Amino acid sequence: MADDLELRFERTVQADARIEPRDWMPDGYRKTLIRQIAQHAHSEIIGMQPEGNWISRAPSLRRKAILLAKVQDEAGHGLYLYSATETLGADREDLTLKLIEGRQKYSSIFNYPTLTFADVGVIGWLVDGAAICNQVPLCRTSYGPYARAMIRICKEESFHQRQGYELLMTMMRGTQQQKDMVQDAVNRWWWPALMMFGPPDSESTNTEQSMAWRIKRDTNDELRQKFVNMSVPQAEALGVTFPDPELKWNEERGQYDFGSPDWDEFWQVVKGGGVCNEQRIAHRRKAHEDGAWVREAASVHAEKQALKEGAA
Amino acid sequence: MSFDNAYESLLGHEDSHWAFGTGFSEALSGVNREFPAGVDTADLAAYCLMLGDDALIFSQRLSEWCSRAPELEEDIALANIALDLLGQARMLLTRAGEVLGKSEDDLAYLRDEREFRNVHLAEIDCGPGPGGDFGTTIARLLVFSSWRLALFSRLAPSPLRAGSADPVLAAVAEKGLKELAYHRDHAAQWTVRLGDGTDESHRRMQAGLERVWPFVDELFATHAVEARLTGVAVDPASLKSEVDGVLEAVFSAAGLSRPADTRAARVAGMAGRDGVHTEAMGYLLAEMQHLHRSLPGAVW
Repeated sequence: MADDLELRFERTVQADARIEPRDWMPDGYRKTLIRQIAQHAHSEIIGMQPEGNWISRAPSLRRKAILLAKVQDEAGHGLYLYSATETLGADREDLTLKLIEGRQKYSSIFNYPTLTFADVGVIGWLVDGAAICNQVPLCRTSYGPYARAMIRICKEESFHQRQGYELLMTMMRGTQQQKDMVQDAVNRWWWPALMMFGPPDSESTNTEQSMAWRIKRDTNDELRQKFVNMSVPQAEALGVTFPDPELKWNEERGQYDFGSPDWDEFWQVVKGGGVCNEQRIAHRRKAHEDGAWVREAASVHAEKQALKEGAA
Repeated sequence: MSFDNAYESLLGHEDSHWAFGTGFSEALSGVNREFPAGVDTADLAAYCLMLGDDALIFSQRLSEWCSRAPELEEDIALANIALDLLGQARMLLTRAGEVLGKSEDDLAYLRDEREFRNVHLAEIDCGPGPGGDFGTTIARLLVFSSWRLALFSRLAPSPLRAGSADPVLAAVAEKGLKELAYHRDHAAQWTVRLGDGTDESHRRMQAGLERVWPFVDELFATHAVEARLTGVAVDPASLKSEVDGVLEAVFSAAGLSRPADTRAARVAGMAGRDGVHTEAMGYLLAEMQHLHRSLPGAVW
């Protein structure tokens, strides 16, 4: 019986069809998915902070509206993703505790500081761009609710990316000081953006099983190469350079060659040593703890209402 | 969506790939923008700044909650309300700018504190942080949205009233009615939840009302500009009984008591509508304006 279920699961996945919440699935698949989707949800929620840092100071009312709407979308993405984990039996409160207690991770890119308004544009262009490269393949991932959430998220992320790029285009038509701000932001974000694809394939664990389960669809290095190939012409159109002396077109490979990110810095930030790791978690923890009385009041009120309706 | 090239059309101009398109259409397109005959346009500009500054400054305060709300759903809701008010502010500042020969950004970023005409209720710190908490924020939102909804329902044309003689004010109000009805409903629901929920939430909600109450009286004080703009502006004194009725209904459902009628004293007879603010305002503007002012001639 169990073998039949497992066989059906394997066939569904191999055929690129969807596994749905009520379908049988191996425990390992369920656990891996909860971990992956939760980390993605946490990344959206923590990712609200670096850009949220500039809402109060946005230099025009139009940019303020765009930025506030973007950060609001990230809260929405977190919400869809936590909901997807709930279809697998996870609980949002429990996942939030795991995040603020450091038991689950989020994308390390958000541990870098946003230092000027140009960072808002560069995050849209490069960080959202790298996220899209990572996430577009997940629109075909084997778990239905995750795949459907990803389609919606990718559409919105593409919109954010375009807005980020448009901000940079505008700034590059502005004063010299603005152009310098853009180049400086690109210099600071380029390598961290490349690190978003994860460690080199030679050092990446989990990849093989996740590829077989169609939870992951391309390797880290394949996606990183694709991202570099797409980004270089955009940088040229914008009029900025990437801080990599090894970056050049390789006629033979038909791709760009590029240097290696500083993996020591990557691991240092992943392990908690980034400029903002503690600040991001402390901010999230404070919001969660300060809101506890509100959530409790809402649930007590709902219970009282249910009792009243029952009595009526 | 292509699965091969996530960037497709980034450099092109095709809107169909983007979730909502990228064109920002003018919210009031097609509205007659001529100034009504016989109206002092300086007064009209001042009135648009009053209503526009209320929305701009309150929006700035509400957006401080972004990533700090008690629950994700609430983070989204407060951002939504802040965005609605920012939208109202932009239309009203643009209208004032048509008289004054300035852009919305000139007015938002280059005026000094004494030139802002918002009520104090919009600017005080109600949290997150030392100035208050979620209960104080909801108390302010309830009072502000109940008052502004009553005001906009008179500025907007309806079967009962002609609405403002200024076609732009009338159109802004008409568009804002639905938004403000949602804001008021959202605040009323939370007031009831918190008033009824736990002992702590009841105490905090009542404390929130006590905190904002001294700033309520200013909402109904008639300013000389409002008195002169007959047919264009609404006399806020005329809104008091309606707003009181709404608040009483909410307090009663929430088991809360209406705070005693205290009012913050004016400063040499002046308050927000005259450009005389609380100490909180200078810090708010310093933060909001510093980048814009630091890079003169920049384009955003």
